Amino acid sequence: MQLSNSKYTQPDDLGFFGEFGGAFVPELLRPNLTELEDSFNKFKNDPTFVKEYLELLNHYVGRPTPLYFSKKLSHKHECSVYLKREDLNHTGAHKINNAIGQLLIAKRMGKTQIVAETGAGQHGVATATACALMNIECIVFMGEKDIERQAPNVKRMEFLGAKIIPATSGSKTLKDATNEAIRYWINNPSSYYLIGSVVGPHPYPEMVALFQSVISKEIKTQLNKQTGKSIPTKVVACVGGGSNAAGAFFEFYEENVELIAVEASGHGLHSGKSAATSILGTPGVLHGSMTILMQDKHGQVTEPHSISAGLDYPGIGPLHAFSIDEGRTKSIPITDQEALIAAKELSRTEGIIPALESAHALAALEKINSSKDDIIIVNLSGRGDKDMETYLNDE
Amino acid sequence: MNLFNKNKKQLSIFITAGYPMINSINEQLNLLEEHGVDFVEVGIPFSDPLADGPVIQESSSVAINNGMNLSILFEQLKDRNSTLPILLMGYLNPVLNFGITKFLKNCNALNITSVILPDLSLEIYERLYRKQFEAYGVYPSFLITPSTDETRVKRTADICKNSFVYLVSNNATTGGQKNIGEKQLLSYRQIKTICGKTPVFVGFGIQSKSDVEAVQSVVDGAIIGSSYLKKLARNEHEKYLSSICS
Ligand SMILES: Cc1ncc(COP(=O)(O)O)c(C=O)c1O
Repeated sequence: MQLSNSKYTQPDDLGFFGEFGGAFVPELLRPNLTELEDSFNKFKNDPTFVKEYLELLNHYVGRPTPLYFSKKLSHKHECSVYLKREDLNHTGAHKINNAIGQLLIAKRMGKTQIVAETGAGQHGVATATACALMNIECIVFMGEKDIERQAPNVKRMEFLGAKIIPATSGSKTLKDATNEAIRYWINNPSSYYLIGSVVGPHPYPEMVALFQSVISKEIKTQLNKQTGKSIPTKVVACVGGGSNAAGAFFEFYEENVELIAVEASGHGLHSGKSAATSILGTPGVLHGSMTILMQDKHGQVTEPHSISAGLDYPGIGPLHAFSIDEGRTKSIPITDQEALIAAKELSRTEGIIPALESAHALAALEKINSSKDDIIIVNLSGRGDKDMETYLNDE
Repeated sequence: MNLFNKNKKQLSIFITAGYPMINSINEQLNLLEEHGVDFVEVGIPFSDPLADGPVIQESSSVAINNGMNLSILFEQLKDRNSTLPILLMGYLNPVLNFGITKFLKNCNALNITSVILPDLSLEIYERLYRKQFEAYGVYPSFLITPSTDETRVKRTADICKNSFVYLVSNNATTGGQKNIGEKQLLSYRQIKTICGKTPVFVGFGIQSKSDVEAVQSVVDGAIIGSSYLKKLARNEHEKYLSSICS
């Protein structure tokens, strides 16, 4: 695979992006992580591996996904707005790019059982799908609260043959599902832990970013074909853990492109009910990496809030923590209400129902100063089928 | 001087600070000392204890709800009259949040010479923190498992020579149910040989007097956590201590 030449996506030997990242894990996980790192390093440059991965992305996932010029949004914002249609991937979001890549690695490592965490259920569905395709046992940890909130995705995973285990510890959401999945991995070291975002201990952030980098690789080619220009002026993506953003930004870190990470500010940035980690958080260690965290004044991790279950995470990927800290990436907060308005607008004007997560990225267009010559790419990370109940309740 | 190096087989107990009550710690330390426990690990509660099973998770969340935090813990420890060596055990985040320097100063002032930070690896410790810890006379104990390779065991034993090597009984989170058989004991014995003069203690899943004796027959001692906390929750801990320490 074409690798990174940027310090924002290529960590040092201990997995650090600047002061963020690393592998802060109990020694019990050391052998698992070393085995994973060795395999990842071997396969990322293996032509047969890369070929198999890209073929599955093309023929199974349905890539490349379109880069769609939105006339309505362009007109409204008086610049060129393109939507990268990750919503058109099989299973309805970008998560499958990563699930397929990691499963191919797991297969080559001889693993026979996959364990994953999920919040909204999109990563769980993507993992269950890839496991069905590759005939591997799949266990998904999901917070008890999320199981209630995201019932349709629970059914989908079960229908695909996955086993769902409720995470009943702590706040019973994504953070706790991740704890449980990691504990399961400690207790069952022969399983493969398939993490769903650019979070967790090294080498996960680097690996997930690389598997999502297909998004910006396609953007470059497609934009060039459609406009003759090789780079946009701005790329906008929502950040939960930050995998779709990492994929959309990947090729542009070393280019003159403004990168905008959109954070969910829930009821409002300072309402106490927010998930705008990069704005409200402070450095700390969670789930194996040093990053920016929502925590109280004693270092206990706090429960974030967002209307979107996929953005409801108290940390962000360490590579984003680093690039935001360095000023390379800018973050913009968007509230629940602003996201709902943007979702409705895109549905009514373009006939595209976006996922609530992606609607946050769309809403950020209202807050970005643009000029006529701007070419803005919004990464439409997923489709809104899973969010219909929320949308209808808001009517 | 290494407080954990004695000419006898030892027993250590893990308790969670702030559990079952916010101010249980000094009463606990006195009780453990009366029963002849050799040293105590005091757990700093954390919201997301990755390496812990249900019992320690529960004790942490009770302790957090009781209002326990590092400032309070250090205040309470200033008043301790127990002379037992103690060490602090906790995940890195609350320590970072408190401030590493302030944390080390407090340890130094309270004669706490070792800490266990299970999510801090040897590599990261050496790169980021070692100088500072040693400047304050704090020598972390690092975890190894029976499957840790020999080079790494040696390296760990060397870094831990002023504290001890924490040998995790098995690849599992704390409190797991398991039997310590001949095969395990053999591997503990081999690890002890590799570690040389550095004390080695086995912990995670130790429950009974016979577990303790088995472990003590091959390494320097045993550490009990979940089993003790379970008894403590039912107020059966004194009876348990009497049976373990007899
Ligand atoms: C459609 C969609 N977008 C975005 C996210 C957030 O994840 P990330 O920040 O890793 O892209 C999710 C997570 O569930 C999602 O389903």
